[in-house]
Amino acid sequence: MSADPFLHAMERLLAHYCTPSFVRSVEGGGAVAVLRDEVAGSGFADLLVPESRGGGGLSRADVGPVLFACARHLLPLPLDATMMVRAVNASTPEGFVAIAPHATILEDGAIECRGVPDAATADWVLAAFEQEAVLLPVVAAESRSPLAGGPIVADLRWRSLPRAAVGVPGNHDWFAAGAMLMAARIAGAMDHVLAVTLAHAADRRQFGKPLAQFQAIQQQLAVMAEEVAAARMAASLGFGGEGMLPDALQAAVAKARTSEAVPSVASIAHAVHGAIGIAAEFDLQLFTRRLHAWRLAFGSEGHWHGRIGRMLLADGAPVLDAVVRRVVR
Amino acid sequence: MIDALAPATIPATDEALRHEVRAFLREHLRDRPLEARARSWMGFDAEFSRALAARGWVGLTLPVEYGGGGRSPFARFVLIEELLAAGAPVGAHWIADRQSGPLLLKYGTEAQKRFHLPRICRAESFFCIGMSEPQSGSDLASVRTRAERDGDGWRLSGQKLWTTHAPRSHFMIALVRTSGTPDDRQRGLSQVIVDLAAPGVTIRPILDLAGDAHFSEVFFDDVQLGPDAIVGQEGEGWAQVTAELAFERSGPERIYSSLVLFDAWLDHLRAVPFPDESSIALAGRIASHLAVLRAMSLAVTAKLVAGESPVVEAALVKDLGTTLEQFIPTAVADVLGAHPDREIDPSLLRALAYVTHVAPSFSLRGGTREILRGMIARGLGLR
Ligand SMILES: Cc1cc2nc3c(=O)[nH]c(=O)nc-3n(C[C@H](O)[C@H](O)[C@H](O)COP(=O)(O)OP(=O)(O)OC[C@H]3O[C@@H](n4cnc5c(N)ncnc54)[C@H](O)[C@@H]3O)c2cc1C
Repeated sequence: MSADPFLHAMERLLAHYCTPSFVRSVEGGGAVAVLRDEVAGSGFADLLVPESRGGGGLSRADVGPVLFACARHLLPLPLDATMMVRAVNASTPEGFVAIAPHATILEDGAIECRGVPDAATADWVLAAFEQEAVLLPVVAAESRSPLAGGPIVADLRWRSLPRAAVGVPGNHDWFAAGAMLMAARIAGAMDHVLAVTLAHAADRRQFGKPLAQFQAIQQQLAVMAEEVAAARMAASLGFGGEGMLPDALQAAVAKARTSEAVPSVASIAHAVHGAIGIAAEFDLQLFTRRLHAWRLAFGSEGHWHGRIGRMLLADGAPVLDAVVRRVVR
Repeated sequence: MIDALAPATIPATDEALRHEVRAFLREHLRDRPLEARARSWMGFDAEFSRALAARGWVGLTLPVEYGGGGRSPFARFVLIEELLAAGAPVGAHWIADRQSGPLLLKYGTEAQKRFHLPRICRAESFFCIGMSEPQSGSDLASVRTRAERDGDGWRLSGQKLWTTHAPRSHFMIALVRTSGTPDDRQRGLSQVIVDLAAPGVTIRPILDLAGDAHFSEVFFDDVQLGPDAIVGQEGEGWAQVTAELAFERSGPERIYSSLVLFDAWLDHLRAVPFPDESSIALAGRIASHLAVLRAMSLAVTAKLVAGESPVVEAALVKDLGTTLEQFIPTAVADVLGAHPDREIDPSLLRALAYVTHVAPSFSLRGGTREILRGMIARGLGLR
């Protein structure tokens, strides 16, 4: 099945419902229900589910463009994680699922998941432990956001294993899966940040001409475009390979390279915008704050550089064989 | 805006070449020391080039009827990736293979193709590029070397500078003025083929800071050129050079110039009992960049295969690639120097010194960083 009709449907839906002011209102605690019902009702959550189970039967590579589009609009729902969990686990209950980057069982038996992206708009959180994973109902959790200014990520805590918890069989690398999805979000959001920064440079005039005509600005924007292109390619590599879940090395490269691009892309965007970019009422901050949060979620570049480096050293082969050609076939 | 580069896969038939190339390189490079391999595509060895040519690996993408391999750019990607990873001395045939051959194929007359392409493919003819002059670097359109009509041929006078491998090449393809004055800029420029053995050509090698003499200055003192010296259209030199530079900028050689050094440092690190975290993370960081850059370079290759001229994309990949190439010696030096007590193999230190010293050239040759960023800015619609 081709992903194009889904991409067009999603783009229409996002343009209509998922506006910056809507994202802003959800971040402020406003209802997400309208958008949620639209997304849930259009069958996007089952795009990766095999056709034999009544799903869309698409591959991860097919849904890449759909997820990039969601990220360009900062979709405040964990649709990406929901798609992936539903594809892997046939008995996933209805509702949106966020993946927890990290889950611990505390001494008193409480379960804690820190830094869960989109926990505020999810119904379930997938918490992975050594051998197994469980879906925990968000309503049963105490939740708080570690970041001021809105629940981009949240910390959740369950006093004990809730009765409604649903086991997810299989030993899957959910951390790598989450990392790959964050890479796609970073790449998609950056795409939009580049577009608005170019538009601003063309619009804003100083010294009698558009900012875009100053060579210093042009050179910075060229660097930004390079980083955005590299991030996009890195994220696309995360969508490569067979199987429902990403290859660990591909996910590692995807998350490492996209995360590394975040500081330079965000800082050039702000530099070119000048003071207005810092203003709360200007939309740029909705994007750059998320870029920084997603860089940290599921391991920053520092985490993944260490993991890739250890793989590379353990493998005795030159870098092209040990890493590069395994990621890019 | 610049369209996103789509990931491309090397077709299996082209990937199959890798195996043969590796076996060949194992045999031919066995005793080549690290510092020689670290010279990457600056290494010059005519005999090695001829051995490659005997296997059909020079002019791999040129049509079979002209002595080429008739293979796709993906096959060439595999071939040169292996050559660069091994640090093979490819300099002798490099420019003819990468630039002059494809240029002649695209713009040359039938007679020019019949004469030059088979010689290029046999590694009998080596080419150099005459673009830069003493007063024309980045501002290439200001070249002053002139070819004046003389009977039914041309008379060439002027000077080229920084010409790589001119002393050991047979021909130069030069960008020269055939009409108007330097004020006419891009108009009135043409590309001409110059036989470097012709009377009136004087070549002086220039030593670089590492002690190598790869580049040179070339003087033309009323050199007589035949009527068939022009490549392509008279007056169209600028457009042709622009297309040529897309080939020059898009290949894996703009990513891998420091690869031999990086692999040598990895081997050093593997022998250290407890490598430190910053070295491990550095290795991972560089590997992640290499993977993404290779994917981007393959995506540009796919555009060439599709018959496009991805000038802006090639500039973008080259700038990112040379930035990594320059980062590698800088960062490796830091982590090596962070442990003054640890012994380092002298050959690794010599390779590191060599790459460190020549690294500034990575973002000069083939168009400087600032010029490339200017092209990207134009692609973004800023100028
Ligand atoms: C190893 C090596 C091999 C080479 N081989 C060849 C060869 O085979 N054939 C050949 O023709 N040439 C060759 N070159 C020359 C190369 O093409 C030139 O070095 C290059 O085009 C830059 O010219 P330049 O060195 O005169 O520097 P300049 O043009 O003088 O530039 C100096 C600095 O000023 C900056 N600058 C210049 N113009 C602008 C502008 N408009 N805006 C902002 N900044 C600007 C540049 O980016 C650079 O940082 C080689 C160079 C090297 C290093």
